[in-house]
Amino acid sequence: MSQFFENVGRRVLDSVAGIGFALAMFVSAIIGKPQPRKSWPLFIKQMYVVGVLSMVIIIVSGLFIGMVLGLQGYTILVDYGAEQSLGPMVALSLLRELGPVVTGLLFAGRAGSALTAEIGLMKATEQLSSLEMMAVDPLRRVIAPRFWAGLISMPLLALMFSAVGIYGGYLVGSGWLGVDEGAFWSVMQSAVDWQDDLLNGVIKSIVFAFVVTWIALYKGYRAVPTSAGISAATTSTVVTASLAVLGLDFILTAIMFGG
Amino acid sequence: MTQLVELKDVHFAHGDRPLYNGLSLTVPKGKVIAVMGPSGIGKTTLLKLIGGQLKPNKGSIKVAGEEVPKLNRDKLYELRKRMSMLFQSGALFTDMSVFDNVAFPLREHTELSEDIIRSVVLMKLEAVGLRGARDLMPSELSGGMARRAALARAIALDPDIIMYDEPFAGQDPISMGVIVKLIKSLNQSLGLTSIVVSHDVKEVLSIADYAYVIADKKVVGEGTPDELRNNDTDIIKQFLQGNADGPVAFHYSNDDFTTDLLGGEK
Repeated sequence: MSQFFENVGRRVLDSVAGIGFALAMFVSAIIGKPQPRKSWPLFIKQMYVVGVLSMVIIIVSGLFIGMVLGLQGYTILVDYGAEQSLGPMVALSLLRELGPVVTGLLFAGRAGSALTAEIGLMKATEQLSSLEMMAVDPLRRVIAPRFWAGLISMPLLALMFSAVGIYGGYLVGSGWLGVDEGAFWSVMQSAVDWQDDLLNGVIKSIVFAFVVTWIALYKGYRAVPTSAGISAATTSTVVTASLAVLGLDFILTAIMFGG
Repeated sequence: MTQLVELKDVHFAHGDRPLYNGLSLTVPKGKVIAVMGPSGIGKTTLLKLIGGQLKPNKGSIKVAGEEVPKLNRDKLYELRKRMSMLFQSGALFTDMSVFDNVAFPLREHTELSEDIIRSVVLMKLEAVGLRGARDLMPSELSGGMARRAALARAIALDPDIIMYDEPFAGQDPISMGVIVKLIKSLNQSLGLTSIVVSHDVKEVLSIADYAYVIADKKVVGEGTPDELRNNDTDIIKQFLQGNADGPVAFHYSNDDFTTDLLGGEK
């Protein structure tokens, strides 16, 4: 029994220490004299790796999810003669929920795992150590550009996801199933609110971007530098980041739309 | 003679496992110092202690008169610009060509123009014989070439001290000879101070001015290579001659084999 409490205690202590370390890491990576001449090219490169290269999976997924929404929504709404509402249904589901959440999940799988594996491997091959010995702070050099790239690119990806998804819903709903095109767009425009829907969705995606990117970087930086350790860290990134996205989504939804 | 690196009574433990109990050694300026010892006694840790990547539990580590564990981040980084380390794996940045790897410390720490950087990089690459390999990526280099490229990067900023972590490990005889020659000649031509951590006794003693043997958590023997070869202590003899059993036991644990087989200790 005492063994049990000891284990629980140790786990709690470890996770608190982990959070503390992640915070300290965050502070020293982000805060400090900006060096635009050096950091800018690194940031641009990471924007490409983290953001641009994730576009394919985001756009394809967005299109299909939008098309499925159109199809499912139509079959349900048409029973009530409410197929005119297909536009707002598709747009609101995407902007409020599916855009940020699914992008967060895909981003954790596509970019988060890559970040963790890359940094873990840099650690295993002593590249991080060697940066330190060359008097270059790996937090500033390696972590910071990836962090900013993730933080900025994921909300943009989420917007792309929603936009493409809405277009997918339009293709199916209007192009295939025959919802009136004018009604689809105009009902959507009157139903979607700039601040309540779009802005809240963007805020959600910024929060998810922060959490997913940070988890990925932290897991990589703290990975046990062996092949098994990096594999475990990568898995842990995807699992932790996905759960964090889903959990936070509930909390944010409750705050934004609950009241 | 001035001492560039001075360790006094250093205690260090990795978690619960003590690595050093009162380790002391000094590195005079301009010399090649060898630190030898069996695998797993934390020779790499020693270099990380000197470089300030790890902090000792007790004791003093001075580099160029500065107490390394007590330096703040900025001072430590300033000091690190004067030392460099050649990692066992080379630790080249895999996403950059050899040229960019060598140029990296120059671009980070100096305001030199690209023209001058190019000349410096080519000079350093010429010194290690890899000027022709400048456009290759680290993945295209052989192990020996990678280590030489890393050496070129390590001397790019003309450091005062260079620390070699197992520079001969896993090298074929030819590249081993090349690296031995390079360490010696760089030490002389650039006026460096070198600390070579290695267990390749023959190679490292052929270039060292002075050598330390670490075992059992502290320095067990020291002297010039000749003095060490004539040293009568059992452990030094065992280490230099490579005997399988001796003070450093062949068996990891020494409980009785028969009782263990018969399931005596469950």
